[in-house]
Amino acid sequence: MDILIKNGRIIDPANGLDEKGDILVEKGVISKIGGTIQKAGAEVIDAKGKICAPGFIDMHTHLREPGREDAETVETASRAAVRGGFTTVCAMPNTTPPCDSRANTEFIIEQGKRAGLIRVIPIGTITKGRKGEELSEMAELQRTGCPAVSDDGDSVEDASLMQRALEYASMLDLLVISHCEDKKITGAGVMREGYFSTVLGLAPIPKEAESTIVARDISLAERTGARIHIAHVSCSESVEIIREAKKRGVKVTAEVTPHHLALMDKDLKGYDTNMKVNPPLAGEADVKALKKAVKDGTIDVIATDHAPHPEHEKEKEFDHAPFGMIGLETALPVIRKVLIEEGDMEWPEVIEKLASNPARILGCGRGTLSKGAVADIVMIDPEREWIYEKEGILSKSVNSPFIGTKMKGQVTDVVAGGRHVLKARGIV
Amino acid sequence: MCPDDKRGEIEMSTTSRILDEAGIKRTLMRMSHEIIEKNQGTERLVVIGIKTRGAFLAERIAGNIKEIEGKEVPVGAIDINLYRDDLTETAGQPVVRSTDIGFDINKKKVILVDDVLFSGRTVRCALDELIDFGRPEAIQLAVLVDRGHRELPIRPDFVGKNIPTAKTESVEVRLKETDNDQEEVLVIHA
Amino acid sequence: MKTNPAKWTKKHLLGIEELTEEEITLILDQAANFREVLSRAIPKVPALRGKTIVNLFCEASTRTRASFELAAKRLSADTLTVNVNTSSFLKGETLKDTAKNLEAMKIDMIVMRHGCAGAPHFLSERVTSSVVNAGDGMHEHPTQALLDVFTIKEKKEKIKGLKVSIIGDIAHSRVARSNIWALTKLGAIVTVCGPKTLMPAEIEKTGCTVTYSIKEALENADVINVLRIQMERQQKGLFPTIREYVQNFGITKEVLKKYAKKDLLIMHPGPINRGVELSHDIADSEYSVILDQVTNGVAVRMAVLFLLSQGAKRKEV
Repeated sequence: MDILIKNGRIIDPANGLDEKGDILVEKGVISKIGGTIQKAGAEVIDAKGKICAPGFIDMHTHLREPGREDAETVETASRAAVRGGFTTVCAMPNTTPPCDSRANTEFIIEQGKRAGLIRVIPIGTITKGRKGEELSEMAELQRTGCPAVSDDGDSVEDASLMQRALEYASMLDLLVISHCEDKKITGAGVMREGYFSTVLGLAPIPKEAESTIVARDISLAERTGARIHIAHVSCSESVEIIREAKKRGVKVTAEVTPHHLALMDKDLKGYDTNMKVNPPLAGEADVKALKKAVKDGTIDVIATDHAPHPEHEKEKEFDHAPFGMIGLETALPVIRKVLIEEGDMEWPEVIEKLASNPARILGCGRGTLSKGAVADIVMIDPEREWIYEKEGILSKSVNSPFIGTKMKGQVTDVVAGGRHVLKARGIV
Repeated sequence: MCPDDKRGEIEMSTTSRILDEAGIKRTLMRMSHEIIEKNQGTERLVVIGIKTRGAFLAERIAGNIKEIEGKEVPVGAIDINLYRDDLTETAGQPVVRSTDIGFDINKKKVILVDDVLFSGRTVRCALDELIDFGRPEAIQLAVLVDRGHRELPIRPDFVGKNIPTAKTESVEVRLKETDNDQEEVLVIHA
Repeated sequence: MKTNPAKWTKKHLLGIEELTEEEITLILDQAANFREVLSRAIPKVPALRGKTIVNLFCEASTRTRASFELAAKRLSADTLTVNVNTSSFLKGETLKDTAKNLEAMKIDMIVMRHGCAGAPHFLSERVTSSVVNAGDGMHEHPTQALLDVFTIKEKKEKIKGLKVSIIGDIAHSRVARSNIWALTKLGAIVTVCGPKTLMPAEIEKTGCTVTYSIKEALENADVINVLRIQMERQQKGLFPTIREYVQNFGITKEVLKKYAKKDLLIMHPGPINRGVELSHDIADSEYSVILDQVTNGVAVRMAVLFLLSQGAKRKEV
């Protein structure tokens, strides 16, 4: 069925587009874009007052399948993603078993197809079994469909192994996504070291846990010429190192999560375990630095690090609860508030971080509204107010600190792979 | 048609003064005489007031006794906040004041003093507390005002003034140590 | 006589940080009256008769638990002690389930000690009874700070303007945190002293001064509160040896003679590592008010239990 999206504000940073117009999708592909379009027999979506952008691409999602289907499955995550405006998600490989082989990779892709909503891209591991001891078969992972590898959840502790991994990946022009954390410095820490960790009596995680490994990995990448992407940046020191490296021409890119921009360490008063995340929520000065980095391009991508945990696991003493919060369904309104309403960014810049840049960095296509591209389109009502209620959450888990809060900015319709999958907030 | 607003301007309560400062003084003096008479002197007598106003009245009674008989009678004060039941009238604050009984009450005749006797529950608390302090020979109750409406079988031995009241009314004793300089006993009609 | 303007309206006592100066002063004033009760021939009042208070101790403790139990009994409450070693905690029951079970038993108050910061907050959100924090991880130990301040006030007749130094492993100490809050709110001048590796981040933002010199901590101090050093911190590499700690931060007769005022008070929350933070002879010396702290502890806890029971009652009305 052809789809005609009328009268929207078309924002496509990849093609420098920001104008009112229509979009026509024929046979699953964007056939015409801009101006007034007519097509008999097409399903018409009224996009008046709405933004039409390329479907978002989440470079950092935990789908929990295989192994923790009690927390989330590819199917439930796909549904949550669609509601959040994401038409592509990258499945991080810290599953059980981890995604370090062709069989695992194909399983993830297959599960995504079975769910039939969005594109699920597998990310392979850097090391076999994610154990940090031997390199995984990166060429095979790439061939089977992984545009990147990561041991996310952990760093590769052995620096010489990381060096070899980057060397090998550079040969394949394979992106390495690095979770930068020195677990020895983290120790038993559960929140960012600072005045609030002192006052709350919670074991502190110094910033050096992240920044020392960011420095290490960038210097190793620089020497090998590999492409490296720094996951979930959370402090000003990391930002500085990345900024300087970019100036030198190192092939480094970086991402930040919505929650690291919207929340701070002081929000942990009250010990809400839904705010227990790794890397931990940052102090005020760091959050300022992160926002500045998003604005000036030091940070290229906004990725959710959607990390579902079953309710009974989170409903524990702060020390004992696992790290992570979900984020697919709230990313858009949270980012809108932090960067556009309270910040000085505009929609095109934000969409660049959510769609255009991830596509370019992963080399996975989509992320644009180019003529002839597969139709992944998200329609956003930038003014619509709503409340993020627990009952309506599509993710299998509900570990979000934003439950019950008023949101502004909502994804109303999504076309994914040329199919109209989200109609007025309802999954088709 | 405008409603009659005047009604709203009338005072919602009226107050009657039962005793003025001089009246209080005379009444306490008469009670002090009665205490000495009933006990045939001051031997083994101690005076203990219930905080807050009862304690000040106890001091005055002890002072009067000294004036009359020339004998010092030990004075103490108890706070009953740790002995309340849920229905005891509270002043609204969940705080405890100090209890000062600097002498042994065993085998003594305790004159327990309070300002107003109403349901009797406050006196019941005071009795429980005194018995935790020792075993007096006798406890006699002296109150400045008895306003009726007992809920427990408690009766005063010495009464300053009997004031029949309605339950909706309230009786206030104002002393210079606790309230203002003008001492009086008031009945406030609802 | 003017009436006391302070009122107690809180249902829980989770920390000192959220208390006002008036609320702290109210507790101290009440505690003085409760201490008088403890000196009577029958040191018992029926104030909490019919109330049930559960001591939920998920961390080892003798003195705090005994102190709370005694305080409850002196108020005629019924007490029940649930000790983690003998309770179903070992069978893997979560804190959430324990809360539900306690709630089903319809008790009035829970006094909780737990190894995790925030555990009493967690409990207070899931039970209708009042919750008293008897120590949660590294966060706070409110009744300890209250009895510490009570002891100081009794000996020095004031808190405002006094110089108080807290010495030891500040980073891991809930006693230090609660004391800093109580003392600063009441106007004392607080110094914290210990090895830099045992000093928590940005502690000076709470209003105290940081020093790594025992000389600075002792000079002109009116009171020192000496904290216990846990052996496992040394094993985690936070300082080289106990010997080095004692040489630099241990309170001995020599160090006191050199730097301390004659009327210095020495406090310690207990239990004391004799020969480590305090030398053997100091704990029993004329400077020490450690045993007064224990006596005052029961009175302070009686005040806390009494006020909370009244506060909870008023909320219901």
